[in-house]
Amino acid sequence: MKYIDEYRDGGLAQALARTIAAEADPARTYHLMEFCGGHTHAISRYGLEDILPANVRMVHGPGCPVCVLPVGRIDAAIYLARQPGVILCTYGDMLRVPGSKRLSLLKAKAEGCDIRMVYSTMDALKLAQDNPDRQVVFFAIGFETTTPPTAVALKQAQALNLKNFFVFCNHVLTPSAIAQILDSPEVRVLGTVKLDGFIGPAHVSTIIGSAPYEYFAEEYQRPVVIAGFEPLDVLQAVLMLVRQVNQGRFEVENEFARAVTRDGNSKAKALVAEVFELRKSFEWRGLGRVPYSGLRIKAEFARFDAERHWDVPQDSPPDNKACECGAILRGVKKPTDCKLFGTVCTPENPMGSCMVSAEGACAAHWTYGRFRDIKAAPDSKVDP
Amino acid sequence: MTLPRRTHPRPLDIANGRIDLTHGGGGRAMQQLVEELFVAAFDNDALNQRNDQAAFDVPPEMLRGGRMVMTTDGYVISPLFFPGGDIGSLAVHGTVNDVAMAGARPLSLSAGFIIEEGFPLSDLKRIVDSMANASREAGVPVVTGDTKVVEKGKGDGIFITTTGIGVVPPGVNVSGDRARAGDAVLVSGTMGDHGVAVMSQRESLGFDTAILSDSAALHTLVADMVAATPDIHVLRDPTRGGLASTLNEIAVQSGVGIALRESDIPVRPEVKGACELLGLDPLYVANEGKLICICAPEHADTLLAVMRAHPLGRDAALVGTCVEDSHAFVTMRTAMGGNRVVDWLAGEQLPRIC
Repeated sequence: MKYIDEYRDGGLAQALARTIAAEADPARTYHLMEFCGGHTHAISRYGLEDILPANVRMVHGPGCPVCVLPVGRIDAAIYLARQPGVILCTYGDMLRVPGSKRLSLLKAKAEGCDIRMVYSTMDALKLAQDNPDRQVVFFAIGFETTTPPTAVALKQAQALNLKNFFVFCNHVLTPSAIAQILDSPEVRVLGTVKLDGFIGPAHVSTIIGSAPYEYFAEEYQRPVVIAGFEPLDVLQAVLMLVRQVNQGRFEVENEFARAVTRDGNSKAKALVAEVFELRKSFEWRGLGRVPYSGLRIKAEFARFDAERHWDVPQDSPPDNKACECGAILRGVKKPTDCKLFGTVCTPENPMGSCMVSAEGACAAHWTYGRFRDIKAAPDSKVDP
Repeated sequence: MTLPRRTHPRPLDIANGRIDLTHGGGGRAMQQLVEELFVAAFDNDALNQRNDQAAFDVPPEMLRGGRMVMTTDGYVISPLFFPGGDIGSLAVHGTVNDVAMAGARPLSLSAGFIIEEGFPLSDLKRIVDSMANASREAGVPVVTGDTKVVEKGKGDGIFITTTGIGVVPPGVNVSGDRARAGDAVLVSGTMGDHGVAVMSQRESLGFDTAILSDSAALHTLVADMVAATPDIHVLRDPTRGGLASTLNEIAVQSGVGIALRESDIPVRPEVKGACELLGLDPLYVANEGKLICICAPEHADTLLAVMRAHPLGRDAALVGTCVEDSHAFVTMRTAMGGNRVVDWLAGEQLPRIC
C-alpha cells in the first residue's frame, strides 16, 4: 500500500531502534509522553515497546477524545436521547462509554432511544433532512481534528435553514490539556511524574500547526516532536527526543513534515473561529475543570445548540471510586496499577473510559500488551 | 390426457408484486409462492415429492463407520445484495462450510425463510435463484423448507435460516479442541474480503471498491485436504470476528497459545487500504470463503500444496504455530519485530473518530 507500507517497514524499524539504543545514555531514563491516543494505539499495536531500549519509557497521555469526556457529558447525551422525537447521532466509539448508574448510549438504545451511529457530520445532516418531523442531535466530540467538520455542518444547517438539526458540543483543545498536565503538582512540584519530552499529536497538528507547542517547549523546558501515527514516525520521534534530551535542547521539532506546517490549516482555523467560542472552563475526565479548554457554539448559531434548546443537566457525577482513569490519563499511574484493570474492567465491560476506546491506555494495554504482565510475574509461569 | 386443474389462474407477478400476509397464510397464495418460486428454483427429487419432510438414503460412508454432522445458521445480513454475492448464496455457502469444517461431505440443506410483508417479489426471486444456483454449484440440494411472512416492521426484509447435514468419512476427527503445541496454523487465502465488500455497500459508507466478497463453498477444498491428510486437527472458517476471534476460540477450546507472524498473513492491498480508511483491522473482518487449518507440523507442507492446487486455496499460507500457554493467548510478532496480543473482538468493530 503506497504511502503506508513505507512507514511500516520492519527493517527500518529495527535499524531505528538500534540507533535509539546506541544514542540513549545508559545512565539515565527517558520518560516520553505521547499525548495522543493515536500514538498510544500505534505503540501497542506494533509492539514498539519491545524494540525500544529499557531506559526509554513511554508514558501514555490523555489524548483520547472518548476517554477525557466526563461522566456528566455522557449522562447529558443520554438525557438528550431520551427527549421525545429526538434522534441522537454519535460516532461509534461513544456508544459503549459508561455514564453514571451503569448506563451507556448503547444501553439507552436498547431501552428504546433512537440512537444512530454515524461516520461523519454529513450523515447527521442528511438524517435531519430525511426526518423533518424528528429532532436530530449530533453528539460532537473530539479535539481540533473533528471540530472543523462540526463547524461545516453548522454552516450547512444554517444555509439549508434546517429547523430540526442540533449539535451537542463537546469539542476540546489540546494545548490547554498539555498545559494542565505540565502544571499539575505531580509534574511541577512533587516530581512523581517524570516527563522528559512530548510526542506531539499528528492529526491535531495538521489543523493547529506546530506553533502552539513553542510556548510549552519554552515555558516548561521540555522538547516536543510532532509525529505521524505510523510506527516509523513514532520511532523517529523517539530518536529526535532522545537527541534533544542528550543535548539539553527543548525545541519544537516536526517529524510529520509531510502533513504539518508551522501555522497549520488556516482555512479550518478560520471556520472554527467563525462558529465556536471558548468556554471559560470545561470538565475533563482525569484533569478536572480546565480553563479555556473547551468550545461552545457562538450566539449566531444558537438555534442549533442542543444545550440552549434543551435544559441539559450540568451535573458532574464522580467516576467509580476504584477507577484510576484520572491518574492514568495524567500519566501518574499505569493501567496495571488499577485494581479494576482486567478484573471487572475489560473492553467488553468497561468501567472507565480508558478501557472503552481502542486509543485509551487501558484498552490498548489489555488488547495488545497484557501477555507481558503474565510473563513478568514469575509465579504464574507455565511449566511445560 | 387431462391436465390437472390449475389452482392459480394467473402466475405470480414477479416484476411488480410484493409479499403480503397471505403468502405465509397456508392457503393458495402460499402454495403458489412455494410452487412458482421455491420448488421451481430448487427443483430436486426430495423437494418435488412435496412432503413436509425430505426422505433420503443412509450415505455409504455410514456403513463403514462414518459419522453424521448437522449444523444450522441464521442469515440476517444487511445489505441483502453485496459485491460478490447476496443473502441467498451466503446462506448456502455458510452452512455448507460449517458442515465441511468437520472434514465432512455435505449432503443436503433445509431452508427457512422469514419474509417481511411488502418485500418485493423480484428481490425474493433474485435471492432464491442465487441460492438455487449456489446449491447446484456446490452439489448440495435444498431438500426441505419453510416460509413465514411477518407484518411490516417486524422483520428487516428477509431472514434465511439454513440447516445442513453431512457425513464424516471414517478415520477423520477434526475438532476445535485438537490443536496441540507445535502444530502449524494455515489459512486458505486472503483475510477480510467479505467484510470489506459488505461494508462498502452500507448506505452511510458507500465507497467504491473493486473488492468482491469471497463467499464460496469450501467442501471440495476440504475433501482434497482430508484425502491428502486425514489427520487434520482443526478446521474452522473465520467468519464473524475474523481470523483473530476464530483463533481465540480455538486457543481456548484446545488450551494452547497461538503465535502468529504478521508479515505471513495474506491480506489484499485493497482490503488493507479500505481498513486503513475505516479504522478497521483486517484480522477482525469477516470472511465467507476461507478456512483455518491446524495440523501436525509434518503435514503442513503437504496440506499447503493441496490447498494451493485448489482454486479456492491459491493464496494459502502458513501463518503461525501453536505454543504451550495455559492462558491461551493468541499473540503476533508484528512486522516491526515487536509482539502483541491478538485479542477477541470486543463489541462490534467500530470506525475510529480522529
